Amino acid sequence: MTFNDTLSHSFSAIKTQPVRVILIVLAMSIGIASVTVLTALGESTRRYIINEFEALGSHLIIVLPGRSETTGGQPPMFGETPRDLTLDDAVALARNRHIVAIAPINIGAAPVSTRGLERESTIIGSTAALRQVRHLNISQGRFLPPSEINKAQAICVIGQTIKNELFPQQNVLGQWLRINDHRFRVIGVLASEGQSIGVDFDDMVIIPVASAQALFNSHSLFRILIEAKSTQAMYKAVDEITEIIKLRHDGEDDVTLITQDSVVNTFDEILTALTFTVSSIASISLAVAGILVMNVMWVSVSQRTAEIGLLKALGASKQHILWLFLTEAALLSIAGGISGLALGKVVLLVLQTSYPAFPFYLPNWAIYAALGVSLITALIFGVLPARKAANLNPVIALSKR
Amino acid sequence: MIKLENIHRYFQVGDQKIHALNNINLSINKGEYISIMGPSGSGKSTLLNVIALLDQPSSGYYKLNGRDITQLNDNQLAKVRRENIGFVFQFFHLIPRYSAAENIELPMVLAGIAKQERQHRVAEALKSVNLENRAHHRPNQLSGGQTQRVAIARAMIMGPQILLADEPTGNLDSKSGLEIINLLENLNQQQVTLIMITHDNAIGQRAQRKIRIIDGKTCN
Repeated sequence: MTFNDTLSHSFSAIKTQPVRVILIVLAMSIGIASVTVLTALGESTRRYIINEFEALGSHLIIVLPGRSETTGGQPPMFGETPRDLTLDDAVALARNRHIVAIAPINIGAAPVSTRGLERESTIIGSTAALRQVRHLNISQGRFLPPSEINKAQAICVIGQTIKNELFPQQNVLGQWLRINDHRFRVIGVLASEGQSIGVDFDDMVIIPVASAQALFNSHSLFRILIEAKSTQAMYKAVDEITEIIKLRHDGEDDVTLITQDSVVNTFDEILTALTFTVSSIASISLAVAGILVMNVMWVSVSQRTAEIGLLKALGASKQHILWLFLTEAALLSIAGGISGLALGKVVLLVLQTSYPAFPFYLPNWAIYAALGVSLITALIFGVLPARKAANLNPVIALSKR
Repeated sequence: MIKLENIHRYFQVGDQKIHALNNINLSINKGEYISIMGPSGSGKSTLLNVIALLDQPSSGYYKLNGRDITQLNDNQLAKVRRENIGFVFQFFHLIPRYSAAENIELPMVLAGIAKQERQHRVAEALKSVNLENRAHHRPNQLSGGQTQRVAIARAMIMGPQILLADEPTGNLDSKSGLEIINLLENLNQQQVTLIMITHDNAIGQRAQRKIRIIDGKTCN
């Protein structure tokens, strides 16, 4: 019996039961659709977060005060070390040949005011290098100019939200801004960046790091952002930074170094596992659909007992019968698989239109996996009924009418 | 051609053992016309099923064209059935969703014969049973006699040497029954071995050789 004939025989058998077919295809497609949608959600989340981290800057090394023995966890927000990370440390590191740019960061919250309007904002103290390290764009004016690292200047660069709230519809460049009781002149406005891993650059004021130390009366740094020359240089830089810090901190490397790729890898692993877990849970519905396929096939076999007997009398072997019923199960499941994929795509399309900012993405492997899984489900759950059909006694089968 | 030696067939019904065939010895030559008669439950259908390879004897030897059939596996048995044996049933057994032509085509589909060849042979077969204009009718659109003619065309499509008929006229009126008998006897004249079970004494008497079965035993 040729493949085409097997196919058309099974297909003609399916056609006689349209309602049954629609129901089973529906069950199967709900299973497949839920798996594809959830896989797509997991995969899109992974890509979104990885992209966010990669947008942080290339070959980025983050130096945190304090030693954390674990990797991938939340970095310590406040130094737990007796030795602070200081501007002098940053100056010393800047001389390393693997480093292109180094931006010490001091961070704090303070009320920002001008002419009676006041707003609580995040204040970042840094240098001109911050722009390069974080790939910041300027919409008006200029960024902090390069200058001596420990020179306090009364200048600031503000985010879009600050500009809109404190200087509505007026020229902002050259205006004075009061932070606590210090006055700063606005020299530039950042282009809108949106949220970047929880850091809202729009609601932020950037001032020279020395000014921030004076403002918050603190000599320790929150962290140091370093851009290496290349990926290769980044790994060398990490080793040398540790050495330099050790020399400067009485022989103890009491800082934590986070490279961008380690963060990316950790998130990658976590989110891949998450996607897998969520998809596995969704695939329970596929198992249910598989059992429905089995049920339908049992009914099919018992309804067509006489036909099976006849086929045997006409010279069909057990294998012929087995394949006829497996093909029938496979056709049902593939129909379910294809309509499930279509359903999943529609759901993703609806989600994409509702949340245009989030990049929904259905990976190709998920499409093949969905079709493959539906086929395998059909074969696994179709085997028992098909074997029952193949092993029917033709004499008894023929006597059923 | 067909040689049955010491064939026994037992059935277990509840805790009772039924001896459906009791030491059957039978030798049938090519081109013979044989009728098998006997009361209900005498074992005639079981004998026909054993000859058709649909049922395996509990003991004894069955040689078909010199080949020991009892040793064959399922695939080989299916092939022998396909190529050597045609079967006509009392209840026709056409597949309701298929047209007359598709029903006739079925054994060739199972044998894996190419589509073009099949269509050609189906057209010829329909002609030989005078149903050219019924090719695309479904079984429920055909009369009983027409349905049985389709079934005969299907049985003969692979050109078997043996045609087995289990009460082929049992569900037909006497006029179409006679037509069917004439058709079968025609095939017999073309050297097809015809073995027919019947209740109808008049039909049974037409055969050259008449076998009576009572309680699983032949008595000539």
